[in-house]
Amino acid sequence: MNTAVDVVDVSKRFRLYHEKYTSLKERVLHAGRNPFEEFWALRDVTFSVIEGETVGIVGRNGSGKSTLLKCISGILQPTKGKVVVRGQLAALLELGAGFQPELTGRENVFLNASLLGLSTREVERRYDDIVAFAELEHFIDNQVKYYSSGMYMRLGFAVAVNVEPDILVIDEVLAVGDEDFQRKCMGRIRQFQDDGRTILFVTHAADQVRQICDRAVVLDSGDMVAMGGAGEALHHYHERLVAAGGVGDPAGNDGAEGAPRLRRIRLGEASLEHPGTGSRGYLLPGESLSVQVPFEALEKTPDVVFGIAIRDQQGNLIYRSDTAELDQTFDAPVGVGRVDFTFDTVPLLEGSYDVGIVVSDRTGVAIDIQDRAAHFDVMNPGRTKGTVALGLRAEIRPPILG
Amino acid sequence: MSEPAGSVGIAERPAGALLELEARAERAAARGPKPTRVVAARVSLRLRLLELWRSRELFAFLVRKEIKVKYKNSFLGFLWSMLNPALTLTVFYVIFTFFLPNGIPHFVIYMFAAVLLWNLFQNSIMAGTASITGNAGLVRKVSFPREILALASVGAGVVFFVFQFVVMLLFLLGFWHRPDWPVLWLVPLALIAIIAFAAALAVFLSAANVYLRDTQHLVEVILLAWFWAVPGIYAFSGAVHNKLYRHRLLGIPGTHLLWLYFANPIVAPVMTFQRVFYNVNHPISTLPTCVARAGRIVCAHDPVKDGVLAHYSTLWYVGADLTVFGVSMVLLLGAMVLFARLEGNFAEEL
Repeated sequence: MNTAVDVVDVSKRFRLYHEKYTSLKERVLHAGRNPFEEFWALRDVTFSVIEGETVGIVGRNGSGKSTLLKCISGILQPTKGKVVVRGQLAALLELGAGFQPELTGRENVFLNASLLGLSTREVERRYDDIVAFAELEHFIDNQVKYYSSGMYMRLGFAVAVNVEPDILVIDEVLAVGDEDFQRKCMGRIRQFQDDGRTILFVTHAADQVRQICDRAVVLDSGDMVAMGGAGEALHHYHERLVAAGGVGDPAGNDGAEGAPRLRRIRLGEASLEHPGTGSRGYLLPGESLSVQVPFEALEKTPDVVFGIAIRDQQGNLIYRSDTAELDQTFDAPVGVGRVDFTFDTVPLLEGSYDVGIVVSDRTGVAIDIQDRAAHFDVMNPGRTKGTVALGLRAEIRPPILG
Repeated sequence: MSEPAGSVGIAERPAGALLELEARAERAAARGPKPTRVVAARVSLRLRLLELWRSRELFAFLVRKEIKVKYKNSFLGFLWSMLNPALTLTVFYVIFTFFLPNGIPHFVIYMFAAVLLWNLFQNSIMAGTASITGNAGLVRKVSFPREILALASVGAGVVFFVFQFVVMLLFLLGFWHRPDWPVLWLVPLALIAIIAFAAALAVFLSAANVYLRDTQHLVEVILLAWFWAVPGIYAFSGAVHNKLYRHRLLGIPGTHLLWLYFANPIVAPVMTFQRVFYNVNHPISTLPTCVARAGRIVCAHDPVKDGVLAHYSTLWYVGADLTVFGVSMVLLLGAMVLFARLEGNFAEEL
């Protein structure tokens, strides 16, 4: 198998100037005195992506994800190391980045496609597809400056995915347009994968990584801390999040001073209980299920929220809820406790499912996460097919013979 | 580097996933050989030129964009690029014929031949200098050889030149002024020379402007002065030749200040254009009548009698233009090397 992208010892240094002097006058006035701090956005990152693979890049804000994508796509040059790219690469760092507001949609399609490396002949051949994909047939001859932001983004995405590059690089741009359009985008990405094209993408959405990626790279303050199967990598990612003081901590500096902050609440090993516990290792459709999770609070924490999520083996979210949803707030005193989640009925048909547990504070910052706290299988004794056990009745009215 | 914890190699994956990956890789391989690109702090000039060559269609689109954007939403559209020189010429014609007569016969044609090339140069340089900063959104978010933005500005300058050339043809017809047909082939030589020089300067200045934003203003001022170092408003033989010819360059024997004047790469192409299109008084020699009077040499010059243009042979024009072209190509390569050095930080500096 050939590699599509080789990232070899890539480091990127930024200089953060206290005040940036950009004119000749200022440079002369402050000759040689332009204080700056060095900041390594990436440090010795090495990995390779095999042709046809889809690799996700995850990490907290400021961990260097976007810098890495920019280095791979050639927008930034690494300070040290190199990136070798085999094949035509199209980078979608910002939808419609190359659009000229004064030009019409049609002109922009041609300009943007050639920026992404497509020849005029090819654009002409795919032009109708692009316009149809963007659903802009009626507006394509209008100037782009009169487009709504949704139209703008749809056109940007349509051009990029119709370019059909060997390698597609995407930076958190998949949340475009309405649900219908998003479905179309995901469909196109699957088709990309089937065609054996390589995809590299940055996202915060763990769901997307699970759904799409074969592997994932986890970055933390410029270091690559994990590279592995999507689930494996996400596990590391979540551990990092927790260690650094939680999801959504934008600065993420808390852990920088020394050892990771102690978790205020630790989740224990979860156990499952269903009517067949002890006699069989699976559930029957419609049976009840309870999940018991012990926890230990190391400090007094007000307004603790416990959450539960169920996913199938493809990483699709089946169900998610939390105690806040049930209006059950809880001020945790120091000590050991247990939370029991009970589903009166689990109307699933056949399949293997993972249970994830999260405990967070009232601001939604996760204190501890167990991505795969427990696992259960559902066995369907009947001949019904599908995922959900919907209650079905049928009544056949025979034709009245006259 | 911290050891990537929990690294999962390809082989450790479930067999089904591995098979699917293999199938995908096969389909990828089936699409044939793919171009390889290296992103690093230093990339060889050869690779950069190759990248540039691959992006030639993008160049055409960017030139088209530049022209369309400039005159979009204006009523007269690209006619402005023709009206502009026509109006400038009218003003200069009125001033230098009626108020400050400089005695050059058919002054409009003489000047137009110079202004035509000057505008090509000026438009290219001004647009080129601002090309990277003006397309910051593109440079920050899209990957392509960035020199192409500066080169596209020169390309657009050439297109505007073609529009203005049409105006010049109208003027030639209007004045029933006959170009010197047998030397018409000098025109492309002059053009490639000035285009190469403009490209070299545009590539260099576009990168400089990212780091020193006032480059743009500096360029405007310099261009203002530069115009007067080109024989457009004044007659070459009278105002320049006779005065500079008599002085030695840095006192070195056998030299003269005229060399300094020709060191300006715009001069040779402009003089070539005048030689072809102005063509008045050719082949009158412009060597002035100089007489020794009271121990000093005094030269009298009459533009009508002695001519306006230089008296150089056709071969001189060929040599001068090719020299400018050759030097400019070296400068262009130098500018690209410099550009490559500065480019690495563009996305951060913008």
